[in-house]
Amino acid sequence: MDARRESEPTPMKNPTTVERKSERELVITRTFNGPARLVFEAWTNAELFKRWWIPKSFPITLLSCEMDARVGGGYKLLFEASPEPKAFFGKYIEVTPHSRLVWTNEEGDDGAVTTVTFEEKGGKTLIVLHELYPSKDALDADLGSYDGMRETFDQLAEVLATLGPKN
Amino acid sequence: MVQYSPARRLDASFAALADATRRGVLEQLGRSEASITDLAGKYRMTLTGMKKHIGILEQAGLVTTEKVGRVRTCKLGPHRLEEETAWLESHRQLWDARFSALDDVIEDLKKKEMIDGRKKRK
Repeated sequence: MDARRESEPTPMKNPTTVERKSERELVITRTFNGPARLVFEAWTNAELFKRWWIPKSFPITLLSCEMDARVGGGYKLLFEASPEPKAFFGKYIEVTPHSRLVWTNEEGDDGAVTTVTFEEKGGKTLIVLHELYPSKDALDADLGSYDGMRETFDQLAEVLATLGPKN
Repeated sequence: MVQYSPARRLDASFAALADATRRGVLEQLGRSEASITDLAGKYRMTLTGMKKHIGILEQAGLVTTEKVGRVRTCKLGPHRLEEETAWLESHRQLWDARFSALDDVIEDLKKKEMIDGRKKRK
């Protein structure tokens, strides 16, 4: 159980936006209350990444996470699944410290290319995560079924609904 | 084909859904395909009137039609608004939960940096 630190005031949570920008693009934005170098570190250091990519409330277990955040380096996330663990992997094709990360998603044939930009302003960092799919159909397929993840999303929505608004 | 633009498509969708007859038609088509004549009969409307409604739904991508012989058949279109909105919302919730956890990681990093900074100054 993770005890919430009740004595500390919870800072206002920044909103997350998700938008289907075009037939082949999905864009997610969020601002974080910290400098870009720290936010960037949390995206490129496997130990830190593991702590947030799959939060405790998610009905999935991340078994392992390896990342070599250099151009040409790879990453591999291994999730608990039956009958055998499911791997998500790809390569970094652009790594510009504290400002830009681009990686491929190679676990399927129609994987997107993910670009994350980090823009610091007044000690806060705006993240824009952009997913470009190879075709409209590839994104539609994700919109419609998202393979096995659809179930995960449904489970997730249920879990989130039970959590309710934080006091 | 209607040109794709998310904002314009939403406008078109909302405009299309702002009418009780058109919402009824969508519900009907959700159950089965129907010809414009069937729909006009069901809603006691002229063929021209129903054609107009179908045209608006078609422009929003909510309905597609196909003419076979003399009969134009209508069915639900590729833009299933609810499904897509629901998916985007579950996607948003996923990222939101993820980013809340990232907030905590960043707070920890900030604290660690402050403590390390103090140590260095000593």
